[in-house]
Amino acid sequence: MSHAAVAHHTSTGLDSRKIAFWTFIGSECLLFGSLIATYLVYEGKSVSGPTTHEILNIPLTSISTFDLLMSSLAMVLALAAVQRGERLWARVWLGTTALLGAIFLGFQAFEFTHFVHEGLGFTTNLFGSTFFTLTGCHGLHVFVGVIWLTTLLVRSFQGKLGPEKALNVEIAGLYWHFVDVVWIVIFTVVYLIQTTPLPST
Amino acid sequence: MSEQSTTERAHAAHASTQTYLVVAAILTVITVVEVGVFYMPAMHPVLAPTLLVLSAAKFTLVAGFYMHLRYDHNVFRAVFALPLVIAAAVIIGLLFLFRVL
Repeated sequence: MSHAAVAHHTSTGLDSRKIAFWTFIGSECLLFGSLIATYLVYEGKSVSGPTTHEILNIPLTSISTFDLLMSSLAMVLALAAVQRGERLWARVWLGTTALLGAIFLGFQAFEFTHFVHEGLGFTTNLFGSTFFTLTGCHGLHVFVGVIWLTTLLVRSFQGKLGPEKALNVEIAGLYWHFVDVVWIVIFTVVYLIQTTPLPST
Repeated sequence: MSEQSTTERAHAAHASTQTYLVVAAILTVITVVEVGVFYMPAMHPVLAPTLLVLSAAKFTLVAGFYMHLRYDHNVFRAVFALPLVIAAAVIIGLLFLFRVL
């Protein structure tokens, strides 16, 4: 059953909750756009180290990026399972998505801890301030997403996440995929495109 | 657009599982290429534009297929695209303002 079947009547024929959530995602674009712009403006302008090329771990972040991309796949499969009324598979894929999100947060916690041990704190230099603000804000969004997905998983085990509730899962999915596309941009702009020296091998 | 056709489009707003798997495979390949390009010294002169194109491709695939924008109503596309364009303009504007570009 599609969400359209349970949508209330509106002048556009579109569900108001979905339009509202897309509007929220639009506002999130502006939030992350400003954070990315701030990072780029100050990138390479730190007067003391550590800086990007000295501290960023590309292989580790590549794995966490892959992890988040696969969580998006699990999320769409969870939505498809809920829409088809396949409760077992809905639980499997919702659980997988939440688990992959938690693993991503583990990678980020490891990275942040490593940076602090290397002498890069929030107030160490411009890179530290802008990097932790941007990636920390993204990590907070992932954390909220994991809580949201866990809530849906609990509702599923309670037998309250049938096809008639597919829109709830679709909206959670929109949030999760948005978190994914934001990371796609951060991975490229922060980790792979560096104004500081690049590896020669 | 009539309400009936809107509902029909909403019903069709779901790709098949096979499509989702193909998209995931393409996303994985692009990510591998991105990291590979980063470690290739020969690519350094064109590193930024290459990575931005690859990143845009990944962004489009996730937004189009996983967020269903490819199949969904134009209103959702507009509500997403307008702030996205503004955000991009803010980024580019600030980079010029602070002489990064």
